[in-house]
Amino acid sequence: MRMPVSAVFSSFAVLAMALALSACSGGGEGIPVTLKDHRFTPAEIHVPANKPALLTIKNDDDSADEFDSSSLGVEKVIAGHASGNVRLRPLPPGRYPFMGEYHSSTAQGVVIAE
Amino acid sequence: MLASLIIVFREVIEAGLIVGIVLAATNGVARRTLWVSYGVTGGIAGACLVAAFAGEIGALFYGSGQELFNASILFIAVAMLTWHNVWMAGHGREMAREMKRVGAAVSAGERSLAALAIVVGVAVLREGSEVVLFLYGIASTGSTSNASMLLGGTLGLAGGAAMSALMYFGLLTIPPGRLFSVTSWLITLLAAGMAAQGVLFLQAAGYLGVLTAQLWDTSWLLSDGSIAGKMLHTLIGYSARPDGMQLAAYIGTILAVTLLMRWEHTRHPRGNQIPAPAQNKPAAG
Repeated sequence: MRMPVSAVFSSFAVLAMALALSACSGGGEGIPVTLKDHRFTPAEIHVPANKPALLTIKNDDDSADEFDSSSLGVEKVIAGHASGNVRLRPLPPGRYPFMGEYHSSTAQGVVIAE
Repeated sequence: MLASLIIVFREVIEAGLIVGIVLAATNGVARRTLWVSYGVTGGIAGACLVAAFAGEIGALFYGSGQELFNASILFIAVAMLTWHNVWMAGHGREMAREMKRVGAAVSAGERSLAALAIVVGVAVLREGSEVVLFLYGIASTGSTSNASMLLGGTLGLAGGAAMSALMYFGLLTIPPGRLFSVTSWLITLLAAGMAAQGVLFLQAAGYLGVLTAQLWDTSWLLSDGSIAGKMLHTLIGYSARPDGMQLAAYIGTILAVTLLMRWEHTRHPRGNQIPAPAQNKPAAG
């Protein structure tokens, strides 16, 4: 019965490690995108094609949301009244829809690489 | 209600399938249910913690805390799956045979169960924290339409459990003699897919900035975001638009696991070298 303890604690160890190795809060040097009333502004984001890009998503709502895009390969939870960076890898020209998964009826947007 | 059902279901598919595979892979091993429940319980507790500290974790490492956290737990799961497969390649069949005669070999198998319990735990933790955040967000606004959304969420969770059962009973229809090699392959592919996903998170955190060009795009055929795409993503690591580094991690993991399994298998040529049950109890931990 000794292993369950380590089984459970290994998962927490990672968390503890992440918390211990703290660093500054997420900066905002990317393309600014705001989430307010479960809508993205701007909802259409233009980035140069075949170059990495950085989005800084600021969530002005009270609740958390998940910036989710299967086409961009991004899943990122952004807590309420917090911001987070989303790194985009070099994208071939095209349209890449994204959404705030928890409020997808209104939180919709698209990245356009050109 | 349907919307929240689908969101929650999409999140719990992965954990559901993994639990099903782990249960099938440990079929006949004593106390495996207990171990899997440890994994699930620990994972749920961890998910609540991660959800509660989502903002703090996200703010770590210059805003890349969440990506690094996800990558870390994925690579832990890859290591545990690899370890389990390699260990089973050396002892598995014999362990199952011996266990019918002597209960003593159980303690040897228990280490392997612990590894799989961790895999279950981190799968539940990762997807579960998103479910917790989503449901908490609904519950905290507290209007009447939210009752039906919560009901949808609950049904979504039940759907994930049903997915486990389907996977488990589906695998059990495979003849016992072949089940072992099927679950070995499933676990290998599971590990490879997780390694590729871990690479994606590292790239999202700003690391591994090589081979990032997209190799192909099969999203017209099967999107990552669809339910079927999600299932294949979990089972075989399907990705509609992989980049070079993801593919390298995927193939590298399959090769590494396969070679290690073969090596371990030849190290136990007769295959009946079950480590004697520990006489002196190993230290706790």
